[in-house]
Amino acid sequence: MTKDECKKAVIAIISDIAPDEDLSNLKPDVRLRDQLQLDSMDFLDIVMELRKRHGIEVPEADYPKLASLDSCAEYLTPKFNGLAVKS
Amino acid sequence: MKTGAHYDVVIIGAGLSGLSAGIRLAHFGRRVCIFERHNAPGGLNSFYSIAGRKFDVGLHAVTNFVRPGVKGTALGRVLRQLRLDRDELGLCEQRQSRIAFGARGGPALRFTNDFGLLESEVAAVFPHQGGGFQRLVSRVRETSFSPEAPALSAREVIGEYVGDPVLADMLLCVPLFYGSAQENDMDFGQFALLFQAVFLEGLARPFEGIRPILRLLVDKYRKAGGERRMGCGVRSIVPREGRVAALVLETGEEIQADHVFSSIGAVETEALFAGGDRAGGQRPGPVAGRVTFVETMAIYDREPSEMGWGNDTTVFFNDSERLEYAVPEGQVDVRSGVICIPNNFDFGPDRRLPEGIVRVTCLANYDRWAGLPEEAYSADKKRWFGEIQASARRFQAGPGAPGTPAAAIASDMFTPLTVERFTGHRNGAIYGSPTKSLSGLTPLSNLHLCGTDQGLLGIIGSMLSGITMANRHVLAPEA
Repeated sequence: MTKDECKKAVIAIISDIAPDEDLSNLKPDVRLRDQLQLDSMDFLDIVMELRKRHGIEVPEADYPKLASLDSCAEYLTPKFNGLAVKS
Repeated sequence: MKTGAHYDVVIIGAGLSGLSAGIRLAHFGRRVCIFERHNAPGGLNSFYSIAGRKFDVGLHAVTNFVRPGVKGTALGRVLRQLRLDRDELGLCEQRQSRIAFGARGGPALRFTNDFGLLESEVAAVFPHQGGGFQRLVSRVRETSFSPEAPALSAREVIGEYVGDPVLADMLLCVPLFYGSAQENDMDFGQFALLFQAVFLEGLARPFEGIRPILRLLVDKYRKAGGERRMGCGVRSIVPREGRVAALVLETGEEIQADHVFSSIGAVETEALFAGGDRAGGQRPGPVAGRVTFVETMAIYDREPSEMGWGNDTTVFFNDSERLEYAVPEGQVDVRSGVICIPNNFDFGPDRRLPEGIVRVTCLANYDRWAGLPEEAYSADKKRWFGEIQASARRFQAGPGAPGTPAAAIASDMFTPLTVERFTGHRNGAIYGSPTKSLSGLTPLSNLHLCGTDQGLLGIIGSMLSGITMANRHVLAPEA
């Protein structure tokens, strides 16, 4: 998986959690929280969906790494790929 | 005694709050089971059929309605956190509602889902109160409903802004009738919440009433992997060292759970482990509410608008000099109440309800209805039905009103005893205990309240109550 694909997977999750938000112009380097109305509970939902849909565990200490799309891609892409290698 | 399953979470009651908590928890992978002693879900917001006709029990209108794109609202949070599609709820907006004080000719304030109408009505009917009203509205907008907020009397706060007692009563009347477990007053935080839900947001209804909402929630819950045991209540909770150690079901089966949510009311929940008495008595326990209602439902072969009801969706009426929101001495107080006309939601040009429905709710006294012999109970219902209908008709304002009363083709009436049966609330107290537990905490550390006695009311409010409590006590306890 490329970083772009990873960002798409994250956007797909956000669009389910927050169907009322416009996600077409998300800036990858800006904190999601500053562009969307997401609270800490919504981030918990993102973490839960990552686990349910993709089998990816994000420990609580790493939540700050999900701040922006870029940081998500940086942090999650190796996890997606690690999973692909294992399976 | 048989020892049964172990769940991550057990929920008592399959009403809107219990189902919503269940969806949230099951979605997060928790092993959840809801126990409901009735065969149908919904609790207060359930429905029943008589001769093939479906009657909703609680639902007048869904409050908290906002149009798509409005952010940061209760409805938005419910849709998000339960992963509901707004269209699945199929909410249709009200046409118009009124607060009518004094029968024909008395002051009346119309309101719709556009707040501007109420503002201009207040300015027109109470010309000297406009500024105070605006400042009160600002205060309401700034008020958030939190467990940390100090308790304030809504009457006192309104009085700081609005000098005219009639306007003060008119503004208080809607939140009182739509959610106060307390007589003649309510907590200002709760007033603000209901004021926002009704006036700043708005009223709506699914075409088919409560049933599609319940279907949707039950379906979501099942798909998320939640279990449900209908027709199976919880008989008692076994406490040990300040925690729920086990639950004993009505079947005698014993089950265990890490967390228990109870939507059945604060007093009713404590009775499950204290045997009705408070052990030790060091801590004042929750108090059972006494505010309850009767409601008449009349079905007609024509639209209510043809019988003098015009476009009114709900009418909050009162003809006393000062509004008295209290348990009446007699069985019913017909001087004030709420009229609801489900036909007058805007279902679109091609849809109308098959029959006309007029519902009227009035304050009632539980003790005067309880313990009556069957015959007297039926006779009293019949007598009050007529009186309530006649009282309500005085507040018609549509063309041709007051209309000739058409003969109802069917009717039903519920009393405080009916409410008690559906909700399990003592005294048939629709809005539960006058003291709410906003944090959801109980004397047992892993037992949490959700629903009416947690303090969020209405259809959207109860769903939000289940969601918030699930988040706060299980999913994100540190957040």
